[in-house]
Amino acid sequence: MILKGRVIKAGKAEGEALVSPDPIGFYGNVDPETGIIIEKGHPLEGKSIAGKILVFPTGKGSTVGSYTIYRLKKNGKAPAAMIVKESEPIIAVGAIISDIPMVDQIDISKIKTGMKVKIDGDTIEIL
Amino acid sequence: MHLTKEEEKMLEGEYGPGVQKAMEIIVALGKIYGAERLVPVTSVQVAGVSYKNLGDAGIEFLEEWAEAGGKVRVPTTLNPAGMDLDDWQRIGFDLEFAEKQLKVISAFQKMGIMPTCTCTPYLAGNVPRFGDHIAWAESSAVSYANSVIGARTNREGGPSAIAAAITGRTAEFGYHLDENRKARFLIRVEAEMKDYSDFGALGYWTGLQIKNSVPLFTEIKEASNDELKQLGASAAASGAVALYHIEGITPEAKIGNVLADDHEELVFEDKDKKEIQERLGWEETEIDLVVFGCPHASLEELRYIAQKIKGKKLKAELWITTSKAVKALAQRAGLEKIIEEAGGRIVSDACAVVAPVKGFGFKNIAVNSGKYAWYLPNQGFNVRFGSTDKCIEAAITGRWEE
Repeated sequence: MILKGRVIKAGKAEGEALVSPDPIGFYGNVDPETGIIIEKGHPLEGKSIAGKILVFPTGKGSTVGSYTIYRLKKNGKAPAAMIVKESEPIIAVGAIISDIPMVDQIDISKIKTGMKVKIDGDTIEIL
Repeated sequence: MHLTKEEEKMLEGEYGPGVQKAMEIIVALGKIYGAERLVPVTSVQVAGVSYKNLGDAGIEFLEEWAEAGGKVRVPTTLNPAGMDLDDWQRIGFDLEFAEKQLKVISAFQKMGIMPTCTCTPYLAGNVPRFGDHIAWAESSAVSYANSVIGARTNREGGPSAIAAAITGRTAEFGYHLDENRKARFLIRVEAEMKDYSDFGALGYWTGLQIKNSVPLFTEIKEASNDELKQLGASAAASGAVALYHIEGITPEAKIGNVLADDHEELVFEDKDKKEIQERLGWEETEIDLVVFGCPHASLEELRYIAQKIKGKKLKAELWITTSKAVKALAQRAGLEKIIEEAGGRIVSDACAVVAPVKGFGFKNIAVNSGKYAWYLPNQGFNVRFGSTDKCIEAAITGRWEE
């Protein structure tokens, strides 16, 4: 299956999808040292986003979250790519400053956790 | 979105990776908010300066961007840091923190940013003009520039403000456009407005009521620049108000109709003001720190406080936070001597929200600022919020009297 979206940060990546039904706030909710989601009650609480194709509706929370994404990247714990339904500035700026491919305007209900996903520019291929 | 040839070149990397990354940020924000084009900016204010918030990754990020050719092309100033950059040792800031903080400042300077370290750039030489497009971070300065000066800026974040400074552009959306500058709320101010803190209470209340919308206040007869600064800072803290109008006072309200046809009406009464001031607690308590200067104090505020405490011996600690520019003038005018003889301090470059104030062991803090009243309780302090004179009294007696 092929999905087309809008490029926020151009790039190529391939990996396993990790899908969150809820928005993700990076600052304070994702541990920058381990890549594990630590927000209490979050559907992905306890899961690691490191190396995953992270699929979620949108970002939330503090603008310092852009720097959290950058710290994840520096620690080798960032997602390989981000696919979102709707961008907002925290995650968009985070993806750009951290060189993480990001595509938005995607019907994320088509992607399930564990699927193999390939991103190239605005094109998402579900393998 | 339309880009000029020059902008395309920046995006394609012809000016190097530092400029390219900056343009990618500007274009991404333009896409997200549906901008049709970019507009040139005449001035930038960058936030995210305290080491307390940036950490080591932040330093690394700034240094890498500077090395990749990230140089500002318009006048760019800096928000407060976590300490007084010159006087930190005497005031008692931690050496390790100080070294990291100075590293942050030097990374910004490599980008060509002026180390003004103030939330009131308009009192320290960065003064936009009416109608100018600018890209400012720091919510209180955003509000002052939009509302009191009539310049046009969105609420930028740290990296997006730097990106605007490096490209000299911002995407045209939000408060850059006429239609988004209209007031959606008409707020009749029936409460008595006689003190700086009254404007803080009005701002605090307004932010809670209208979140990130635009208000038009009526029936405010007069307001000093300091009071307008306080009003905007408080409304930006408790809500996310980036622009307000006051009938007969702010420029856009003076020259035309700023009220949207579909608007709601609210009334701010004395009981609302009292409720905000008592919200944090009003009962008697010991006070160990009184802090003025949120946003950074003007020379006039320093003069007022100095004259009130002249010859007194303060029981509580007193900090007045301000810009280096205003502190230098306060020294020349002999105000610092008066304040220090009473036992107070003028702390430049920093503020109690972004400095590691916890490390000084303070617990009970008195403030005349609605913005401090909003942020300091979240940092674990017991806060009292009242008039400038009441706070001065607390500094003298070491107590907050009911």
